[in-house]
Amino acid sequence: MSLTPADIQRLAQLSRLSFDDAQQQRLRQGLNDFFAIVEQMREVDTSGVLPMAHPIDAMPNLGDHAASAAQGMSLRLREDRVSEPNQREANQHSAPAVENGLFLVPKVIE
Amino acid sequence: MSDKALHHQSLVELRATLAAKTASATEVAQHFLARAKADHHHAFLAFNEEATLAQAQAADARLAQGDASPLLGLPIAHKDIFVTTDFPTTAGSRILAGYRSPFNATVVQRLSEAGMVSIGKLSCDEFAMGSANENVAVPAGQPQPVTNPWDTSRIPGGSSGGSAAAVAAGLTPAATGTDTGGSIRQPAAFCGITGIKPTYGRASRYGMVAFASSLDQAGPMARSAEDCALLLSAMCGPDMDRDSTSLDVKVEDFSRDLHKPVKGLRVGVPHEFFAEGVAEDVRGPIELALKTLQAQGATLVPIALPRTELSIPVYYIIAPAEASSNLSRFDGVKFGHRAKQFTDLADMYEKTRSEGFGDEVKRRIMIGSYVLSHGYYDAYYLQAQKIRRMIADDFQRAFADCDVIAGPVAPTVAWKLGDKSDDPLANYLADIFTLPASLAGLPGMSIPVGFGEGRMPVGLQLIGNYLQEAQLLNVAHQFQLATDHHLQTPGGAA
Repeated sequence: MSLTPADIQRLAQLSRLSFDDAQQQRLRQGLNDFFAIVEQMREVDTSGVLPMAHPIDAMPNLGDHAASAAQGMSLRLREDRVSEPNQREANQHSAPAVENGLFLVPKVIE
Repeated sequence: MSDKALHHQSLVELRATLAAKTASATEVAQHFLARAKADHHHAFLAFNEEATLAQAQAADARLAQGDASPLLGLPIAHKDIFVTTDFPTTAGSRILAGYRSPFNATVVQRLSEAGMVSIGKLSCDEFAMGSANENVAVPAGQPQPVTNPWDTSRIPGGSSGGSAAAVAAGLTPAATGTDTGGSIRQPAAFCGITGIKPTYGRASRYGMVAFASSLDQAGPMARSAEDCALLLSAMCGPDMDRDSTSLDVKVEDFSRDLHKPVKGLRVGVPHEFFAEGVAEDVRGPIELALKTLQAQGATLVPIALPRTELSIPVYYIIAPAEASSNLSRFDGVKFGHRAKQFTDLADMYEKTRSEGFGDEVKRRIMIGSYVLSHGYYDAYYLQAQKIRRMIADDFQRAFADCDVIAGPVAPTVAWKLGDKSDDPLANYLADIFTLPASLAGLPGMSIPVGFGEGRMPVGLQLIGNYLQEAQLLNVAHQFQLATDHHLQTPGGAA
């Protein structure tokens, strides 16, 4: 497979990035070189193998180390309660444009 | 107490110096601040002398009350990927220009509560994406790659290149780093220092600017395994409210096993880590290090990690996929850079991101967008995740026959600045030996074991099973008791 200039433009649009022609050319070459080494991966027989999204789901029973060893290692949900104080001013301190405690963006709806 | 110059002392030695009142925490902080400010390796990105000295004075007050905490009053500097209230945080990127975090990363907070004094923020590859620190994009206009203190015409490694160079040059006795695909181990190896990446989930990711969330992990970089054990003990521990991937595992004293003899230890040696492609000048010191462990009573066991080479495409699919998602938050709305000229919201996003991100970051976002897009997800992303599990399983099979795994951190010593800067693929290929443990989420460390071409340091990688950091540090410490590679400094022996 080989990425076309149209592929690069579509990916740039999806990524909210823009490139001039020379950059696009270089990027396309670079990505095609990269996907050449990816080919070896496609030949691996992975039938019956569960995808591993996360190291925690691959960790075997961790024995005495883990407080939660009984149920094994798994991602958990946080208790549904308010834990963070309101820090609007601190959180907006580094924003490019703020007014009356609101983040300003260009007009979206006419 | 040590009669060495302060900047040649380990944390343990510096702590004894403080206890003996030969120097105060304030004097120690001033000493390192002066060295760091005069640094010509471009390791530091930010200082805040007032905050540093205030922390040092607070430490002196605790010392005066007889507080014996092991890290109290000792200096540390943080990779600029950790958010900090006392310093700006850039993640090495123009897109975070002017950003000041309203909170400290959990790791920074914990080290601060342990009494450590922050010297400043350390350079790194933009969003930790790189193996040479050449992708740093700040300060805007004149970004300076970090140079290797052993040879300033060479790279320090990356992405925690500033951290490694600063410790090697004696600008700070310790630094934090982060490791996604080798970013602690490889620069530690290239700069001749000691660094450890713990098991994924050991150290909180809260306040670490996210690159690849299923891989990112914080760890310490210092002069010795003994120092790293102290730092790691303070850095790790559950952060249940703030990091959903924080392991629910009790805080450990990673120094507890340092003094155990390694007699009877089974060291797995994967033949894939010694294949062609490993430079002779690296192979020599690594084989000598294995002989040293053998002489100390360890047994070498041949093992196989058959998917070592596959870890390159697997990692460079998964990490960019996660990065493309994580970096979507940089849109010019809530923090950091916003383009000056734009027509509408979509145009603002596009111009802001195109101006704010460097080439390698854009490249990885593009790869990520591609492998996650409709029609390619199964063939690339899902396939990579399946092979990731096979790689993790390979390690479990290997650990049936051995206690730790040993091999080189990198196929070569640090290369010359600019040598691979136009060739991202060459950088990716050089990550081959650090990627497998990252994908599996296993702890790994690097210790100096001698010198290769151009008298550049060579690092031995030790990989342990999940949660076996204390054992890794034990092996490393026993090795360091028998050798003096870790005591070498760019200016001569300490």
